[in-house]
Amino acid sequence: MKIVVCVKQVPDAKDVRLDPNTNTLARDGVQSIMNPYDRHALEEGVRLKEQYGGTVTVLSMGPPQAGETLREAVACGADEAVLVSDRAFAGADTWATTHTLSQAIKKIGGADLILCGKQAIDGDTAQVGPGIAERLGIPYATYVKKVVTCENGAIRLQRMMDDGYDTVEMDLPALMTVVKEINEPRIPSLKGKMKAKSIAITTLNAADIGADPDQIGLKGSTTQVVRVFTPQVRGERAMLTGTVDEVVAQLVEKLESLL
Amino acid sequence: MDYFLTEEQQMIVDVARQITEELIIPQRAELDETEEYPREILKAMAQADLYGLYIPEEYGGFGGGPFAMVLALEQIARGCTGVATAYAASALGAYPILISGSEEMKQHYLSDIAAGKRLAAFALTEANAGSDASGIQTTAVQDGDHWVLNGTKQWITNAGEADIYTVIAITDRSKGPRGATMFVVEKGDPGFSVGPKEKKMGIRCSATCELIFKDCRIPKDRVIGRTGAGFITVMKTLDLSRPGIASLGVGLGQGALDEAARYAKQRVQFGKPIISFQAVAHMLADMAIQVEAARALVYAAAKHVSAHPNDASKAASMCKVFATDTAMKVAVDAVQVLAGYGFMRDYPVEKMMRDAKILQIYEGTNQIQRNVIGQELNKEYT
Repeated sequence: MKIVVCVKQVPDAKDVRLDPNTNTLARDGVQSIMNPYDRHALEEGVRLKEQYGGTVTVLSMGPPQAGETLREAVACGADEAVLVSDRAFAGADTWATTHTLSQAIKKIGGADLILCGKQAIDGDTAQVGPGIAERLGIPYATYVKKVVTCENGAIRLQRMMDDGYDTVEMDLPALMTVVKEINEPRIPSLKGKMKAKSIAITTLNAADIGADPDQIGLKGSTTQVVRVFTPQVRGERAMLTGTVDEVVAQLVEKLESLL
Repeated sequence: MDYFLTEEQQMIVDVARQITEELIIPQRAELDETEEYPREILKAMAQADLYGLYIPEEYGGFGGGPFAMVLALEQIARGCTGVATAYAASALGAYPILISGSEEMKQHYLSDIAAGKRLAAFALTEANAGSDASGIQTTAVQDGDHWVLNGTKQWITNAGEADIYTVIAITDRSKGPRGATMFVVEKGDPGFSVGPKEKKMGIRCSATCELIFKDCRIPKDRVIGRTGAGFITVMKTLDLSRPGIASLGVGLGQGALDEAARYAKQRVQFGKPIISFQAVAHMLADMAIQVEAARALVYAAAKHVSAHPNDASKAASMCKVFATDTAMKVAVDAVQVLAGYGFMRDYPVEKMMRDAKILQIYEGTNQIQRNVIGQELNKEYT
């Protein structure tokens, strides 16, 4: 079984600051980590490989330093690492990102099973996993908390819901996004760390994956960030006292004064 | 201090440290309380390749020798000496096979031990054979294609948890020290059973029980090395394993120092952090000096014994004594720095103090270590 796990390098949430002048995320000097949900996706991919056989390829779109995250994934059990990196990808929203990642997956020969974290902790959209599946025309399941079986060309799994869980079966190839409850990610092994140090990361650019220039990067993005700002923290509060009728009257008066 | 570790050695430290920080430290108090064997933690250590550190690559190990073990054990013991003991015991059980076993025997057992799939244990001590190994009463008698063992081993670490036991028994009492032989006994062998878990002062999550052999029949190819060479194998085993026990002392001492120094910085009395009082600062300074000196000696000794020199026993005993006496002293002082809080189970130092005591006792009491060193000196200065 060929398993592809999509991972994203994100700023460490413990260490997020906004640049007070530009109001954008200050990335200088901020530690980068593997998106925590992707860790669980990787662990599940490695466990499925250990149980059913096959290979795990980790895939990431990002700048060259995202290679560190891919090496970390190799230390935790991935067999191969692919980085899709090109200046033309910069500024991509989920529309452009899913085009890029799905093209990359096609380029590396497709996959029987694709795993993603349920969302990234920086953008928090939860759209990339489903988007890749839509673009590849394969079934997908989100919020997976358990894989029950994966055999005879199908995967049976449980999706975490607010009021219990759904059991779903999908034909392979398929994609799933996972929640943290699915497993406890392993600590990298010595052999994994040594492999990670020496592994050659396959690097692909926009031309390599046959990306449509109109579908990538900022240009291919359907969402545009107009302005990022930190909402002003307002400390003022007022207590309205009196009978209910009096308080309502005071409130209406205050609201009217704001119009 | 920088010990100029190679990149691979640093990786061992990093992996072991991550396991300590993420898995061991959060669970140690509960493991101590419940006395539960730390199966899940040991599984994670196996998955991280830590069980094969000292085993040569041809048998599926990492090939790092005793020094690699020392590096890992120090980190693990910084978190919990109980977990570290459970982990180290498998190496102690495997060393006899590695040192004296036939090629076939090594092929058969070592790769499973290196992968952590099967744990090992070492069985020497008996009720009447502690420091005086000549008091061994367990016997093995050949019967056709089998050996038949009878007797009881005591205080065996990993008893019941291990699958592979390396056991010393008397095969010919008339030959004195040359009349003992080591065998491999496997879990499930007929006539082999394990007694109830002992209740200990410290290292409470490690399993310590009796091994009972009642007409225990094992195939004749389970002899480790030659018949009659059991004591030689035991001595060589201890030369390699004692630096490991010493490193438990370094790790425990470092853990106790870390707790004491951190506490002394944040505890305010008389309007100042107590580390600013000379009485406390000097205690911490002495603790730091001793731990660092112990580390330097243990690292040097572990590298020295790896080459199997003639004076391996002396080096192994020297580092075992020094580092474990240091651990005891530093742990007692750490409790003193934390004072009333240190005496409470809410802080980890009282456990460290209880755990430290066994380091001066097991794998040869520190008095026996001094005997070994004295005998070696007696030989050296002719």
